[in-house]
Amino acid sequence: MSAMGESGSRREFLRRGVGWLIAPALALPTVRHSPHSSTALQDSLAGRGTVGTLHDPSAAGTPRAPTGAEENEAEIQAIETRLACNCGCTLDVFTCRTTDFSCTYSPRLHREVLALRSQGKTAQEVLDAFVAKYGEKALMAPKPKGFNLAGYFVPSVAIASVGAALVMLIGRRRRVAAAAGGAPPRAAAVEASPEELERLRQALAEVED
Amino acid sequence: MTLLGQFSLWVAFLVGLWCIAIALWGRWQDRPELADTVRRSVYVVFGALVVASIALWKGLISHDFNIEYVAAYTSRNLPPYYIVSAFWAGQKGSLLFWAVVLSLFATLAQLLTPRRYADLMPYVAAVTSSVVVFFVSVMLFGSSPFERLAFTPADGRGLNPQLQNVGMVIHPPMLYLGYISITIPFAFAIAALLSRRLDTGWIQAIRKWTLVSWLFLSIGITLGMWWAYVELGWGGYWAWDPVENASFLPWLTMTAFLHSVMIQEKRGMLKRWNLGLIVGTFLLSIFGTFITRSGVIASVHSFTQSNVGYFFLAFLTLAAVLSFTLLYTRWPELEAEVQLESMLSREAAFLFNNLLLVGIAFSVLWGTLFPILSEAVRGTKITVGPPFFNRVNVPLGLLLLALTGIGPLIAWRKASAANLRRQFVVPTATAAVALAALLAAGVREFYSTVAFTLAAFVAGTVAQEFYRGVRARRRMHHESVPVAFFRLIERNRRRYGGYIVHVGVLIYFVAFAGMAFRVQREATLKPGDSVELKSPFGHTYKFTHVGISQYEALNRVVSAATVQVEIDGRPAGLLTSEKRQHVDSFKRPTFEPSTEVGIRSGLREDLYLVFAGAVNGTEEAVYRFNINPLVWWVWFGGFVLAFGGIVTMWPGGGPAIAPSRPVQSGYGVSLVGAGRE
Repeated sequence: MSAMGESGSRREFLRRGVGWLIAPALALPTVRHSPHSSTALQDSLAGRGTVGTLHDPSAAGTPRAPTGAEENEAEIQAIETRLACNCGCTLDVFTCRTTDFSCTYSPRLHREVLALRSQGKTAQEVLDAFVAKYGEKALMAPKPKGFNLAGYFVPSVAIASVGAALVMLIGRRRRVAAAAGGAPPRAAAVEASPEELERLRQALAEVED
Repeated sequence: MTLLGQFSLWVAFLVGLWCIAIALWGRWQDRPELADTVRRSVYVVFGALVVASIALWKGLISHDFNIEYVAAYTSRNLPPYYIVSAFWAGQKGSLLFWAVVLSLFATLAQLLTPRRYADLMPYVAAVTSSVVVFFVSVMLFGSSPFERLAFTPADGRGLNPQLQNVGMVIHPPMLYLGYISITIPFAFAIAALLSRRLDTGWIQAIRKWTLVSWLFLSIGITLGMWWAYVELGWGGYWAWDPVENASFLPWLTMTAFLHSVMIQEKRGMLKRWNLGLIVGTFLLSIFGTFITRSGVIASVHSFTQSNVGYFFLAFLTLAAVLSFTLLYTRWPELEAEVQLESMLSREAAFLFNNLLLVGIAFSVLWGTLFPILSEAVRGTKITVGPPFFNRVNVPLGLLLLALTGIGPLIAWRKASAANLRRQFVVPTATAAVALAALLAAGVREFYSTVAFTLAAFVAGTVAQEFYRGVRARRRMHHESVPVAFFRLIERNRRRYGGYIVHVGVLIYFVAFAGMAFRVQREATLKPGDSVELKSPFGHTYKFTHVGISQYEALNRVVSAATVQVEIDGRPAGLLTSEKRQHVDSFKRPTFEPSTEVGIRSGLREDLYLVFAGAVNGTEEAVYRFNINPLVWWVWFGGFVLAFGGIVTMWPGGGPAIAPSRPVQSGYGVSLVGAGRE
């Protein structure tokens, strides 16, 4: 172990020496960007892989490109959450590309959004461009116009209509019952003091469903 | 064992058919002595399905990969507890699971139902056996779990990585138990219609079953949300996915029934409505299975699809036609015994609560099916996602939350102005204080503000009810506060258990509203690089990428990306998210790499870390960071809701079970002293 350690140290020393000599000339980004160069030079599985790389990159999923500032623009996110990914996942483009990392559709759609935005298009124009290209299914929710209005308003209208009908029906039945003398008879009055009333109320409060 | 399994399915099928025939013939010929034969047939079907289940489990545990189902859902290196859950991981296994649990419930219904309902039991057996026979016939003629392959693979494919989660060991059985147990109330409802015993007897017979069903559905849905949150990795727990919607629909109608049934018990009203709700709930549970299994609607939760969906469609249609025809023929016998006396009454509040619950169910169903409708009418494909459902359902949900608080405040029969004043002051004041505090804190998100305010209103209602109940007990029985509190609940478990459920519901709403303030961003970090996020509660979180390590576990190669977390400059530990490449026992990859999120859960907010992947095979990692407010409260709300449900259904507890008697109109006492208040 000791010999291996010394050998490793010598190799490490030489590597660093060469690195320090040529790095400024080549402006190697790995050295410059890493605040902990010693950490960057160590493999995640010591002795099994090359420096700074994963032993088995294929096990870590689809290789990723570094993200840029535009990925976190609120407006880009807002646009992408209104666009449906067309891989069949039922998610929006933003959620799919940041969740299903095997999906090849959502990253492409994301690049299309960025390209359209770089052309100076507004959010609505981007959405319109997607609808023109992919059809209305490109939107996470259909536009509230034409037949789609039925989708948005039928439930509320149905509830309101049934509610109104119930109120009218109950009112009519009460009137019919009252006219026919079918109203529930009022119970005979009972003499009770306020204290007794309070006790009764409390007793009822305890047992009543 | 597959031969034994297949043979057992045939036994269950034939004995089930015999049971249906004898039950109906015995009632038709008025031969009550056949009831014993019917009951024993139910037990035999259960026994046969238990044998079939043991045969499948034996195949799973012994790695008999010649069985297609075993090869498709297990592998030699699958952890044992996932081998157990593989029973219901695929469609064929779930069908058997459904059938065996339903036959267990059918057996329990026969064993546990009091003798006074003996007239109903042959019909109950006929209905439950019909449903069991349907499921068994789907297995026998469409999708057998005992199908063998032409060859024996050396290893199976293994379980889908997203199903290798403890949530998936518990969540599907819970949801299935909810779906399946709905069949028992449905069977009693049909039995009541067939036998014309349409008093409140059948309702009392199914009271526990409806609560059990509702409880399982509630737990199953909450566990499903938890599974989606920790496993799917998109950062939320509810996406209005068709499968989620399918589980939500029967829950809504069952919740409506649990409220409206009280009106039938107390006032003899809503008999038709209650029967319709039970039938509708059963049909929705079958509908949920249909859309999950048919592939007619895409879903992230649907791991198995095949043509058995059309078996379900046929069964659904047949069951709907028969049930509603039967209901129609009994319509005149289901006249209400009394009429609603006032729109300002508990009955009216329950009626509108029912209208909203069923309306929301309709709205969810409408949204789920609207893409199909749009394509049929306009020939245009559309997507109906969360923005649509939120826009349509959030206002309805908030209205329902308001009614959750209003309903218990209004008196039965007719509320007076004095009663309303007395009841509404405290809840309204609580809501007003909450609203002022929210506005002072700078909260401006409209729906969230409304949700928090209404939740405060409901909290005020429940607190007032408990306070008054405890005060009454203290005065009458001279008990201490804790004793009075516990005895109050003990004496009337249905009422106060219901209030606890309402607390669970308001906690849900608060937690859901919190997600409106979610913060998320992506970042690419090299080891040592950091990124900062500001949380809605004002904390600054700093995430520093430590590195990526790779190692082998039992059935997977793990790439673990770790960040160091600081909260307001103070170290708060490490958070790790993983990529998992699952492999079989020969180290061959079985599925695409999956993601395991890292979650640091707190009362105020969750840190949610997703390792998106490595840049060019280096330790430079792409992350998504989420700060999700109030998520912990979703799980706590689920716990409170379930606890309230258990309190409500716990045996005993005072006046929960009303005697079976015709309801009198105009009962009550008018007190001359009322005007002296």
